[in-house]
Amino acid sequence: MNPFRESATMTAMPSAHAPGTGSSIDVSGVTLAFRGARTTRVLDGIDLEVRPREVVALIGPNGCGKSTLLRVLAGLIPADSGTVAIDGGAVRGPDPRVGLVFQEPRLLAWRTAEENVRFPMELAGWSGERQSQRAADLLGLVGLREYARSRPGTLSGGTRQRVSIARALALEPSLLLLDEPFSALDALTRERFNVELLRLWERTGTTIIMVTHSIPEAVFLADRVIVLSPRPARVLADLRVDLPRPRRLTDLDSAFVSSLAADVRAYLVDLTDDAIAMEEARTAIPAGLTPRDRPKRYAETEPGTPAWFDPFAPEDEA
Amino acid sequence: MTAAAPAAVGRPRPARRRRLVSTVWPVVASLAVFVIVWQLIVLVSGFPPYILPGPLAVGERFVRAWADGTMWPHVAATLVEVLLGFALGASIALVVGIALARSPLAERLLSPYLVAAQATPVLALAPLIALWFGTGLLSKLVITTLIVFFPVAVATMVGIRSVDPRLLEMARSFRAGSWQLITRVEVPAAAPVILGAMRVGVTLAVIGAIVGEWAGADQGLGVLINIARGSLFDIPLMFAALLQLAIIGVTLYLVMLLVERRLVGER
Repeated sequence: MNPFRESATMTAMPSAHAPGTGSSIDVSGVTLAFRGARTTRVLDGIDLEVRPREVVALIGPNGCGKSTLLRVLAGLIPADSGTVAIDGGAVRGPDPRVGLVFQEPRLLAWRTAEENVRFPMELAGWSGERQSQRAADLLGLVGLREYARSRPGTLSGGTRQRVSIARALALEPSLLLLDEPFSALDALTRERFNVELLRLWERTGTTIIMVTHSIPEAVFLADRVIVLSPRPARVLADLRVDLPRPRRLTDLDSAFVSSLAADVRAYLVDLTDDAIAMEEARTAIPAGLTPRDRPKRYAETEPGTPAWFDPFAPEDEA
Repeated sequence: MTAAAPAAVGRPRPARRRRLVSTVWPVVASLAVFVIVWQLIVLVSGFPPYILPGPLAVGERFVRAWADGTMWPHVAATLVEVLLGFALGASIALVVGIALARSPLAERLLSPYLVAAQATPVLALAPLIALWFGTGLLSKLVITTLIVFFPVAVATMVGIRSVDPRLLEMARSFRAGSWQLITRVEVPAAAPVILGAMRVGVTLAVIGAIVGEWAGADQGLGVLINIARGSLFDIPLMFAALLQLAIIGVTLYLVMLLVERRLVGER
């Protein structure tokens, strides 16, 4: 199945996919803490402004609250303080202008692909005819028309995620929120999905906010990459990606993308759980018990010396 | 573009028939073995017919009971009790199960009574129920409803509690109301568990009906068994009634199995 061939047939027919305007988002001073046996501060004064049709990637260390921030934007979790506004109107609860794509497809196993795409329309009380029309359009848009009657159990992981993207677009949202949507896919499929997502973005004209763990993915997709700090999350950096559109996969290999990715990484390199844990472990061991820092020693090793020589041995024995 | 989806292609007929044959013949074989062993025991042990009649005698009595109209009124009475009681018990259990699953407070308030009601054998309650509700249909309905209720209510509660919370979050993101959550996500997702419990429940309903009839009734297979053993002393008729009861139980079980297959088989 070739999604791009599918898209060619779609351009031929005038449909509901004419690029829309997209919503603007205005997040100011959003804080959030999870109260339990121990209160965990998750979001710490997040300010973020997104213009209509912008693509913004949120990136940050594991468990920093990226997904939580996305849920606050989607109106699923109310913020403790601060406001989220879409097109100037405050968000209070799930909003019809927002389409949400989760890390897992979250399809209803007892429904076919088409019925899954119709699910939001059923909830919204659309007429049956309007539902089938829209579902057919959406399945065409994601290149799955021939799988309309298949159940999720018979579809591959990537195909299921396509269905879930079609479902998120069901009510013609002007803001698409994606929570690490492609993280379960293999690297090659993932690159292809990134290209497809940009194609969908061009067609549907939504604003996109996407959480990701992948720096290249963030740079490739986004107009801006927002780097978040470890919990409680704050905005550490807001980096512009001045890469012309439409973007191609080959852009990923360009020097521009690499240097920008390096910039993003510079913010993150000391923030990952691993980096923090390693730093703590290093300082926790008393000096004198660790091998002395002697990179010279490796350089001086004669060719033929086994790589597993004992670095703890006194120098002159070697 | 091809119109047919790969999964929509039906199974070719001959394969289907072969599968049916391969599921049916072990059942037929085991039935045959059962009847032969039964006959052998009768022959070898030499039990008189009023202790253990042979399969031929029982079969003959079964046919005669249907032919002379002895069987039908009793079968009809028991079937009505079983079906109505099951429908009533399963529906109430579904509603209560959903309420219990959604409200921890309701569970804490109600579960001691539910468990106590279940722990008291229905057999022990039957005389009391007959005293309160008389010897008509009502007392049998109360008993079958009670006996069906517990397993279905517990399965509904557990099934709905174990629905993936991520699916619920998905539905909420599309602004599903609580009624929509129940009818479109929770109950369909828990359907395999609920229907499995209903399959057990329908066989329990048969037990409930017989227990109810024993506590006082003038018609029903339980009554027929008592009459055949007591005043008539027609032991083959008693066996014929037992056979009829087994047939009802197995049939209802199979019907529930088919309903289950039809509703959730394709996942």
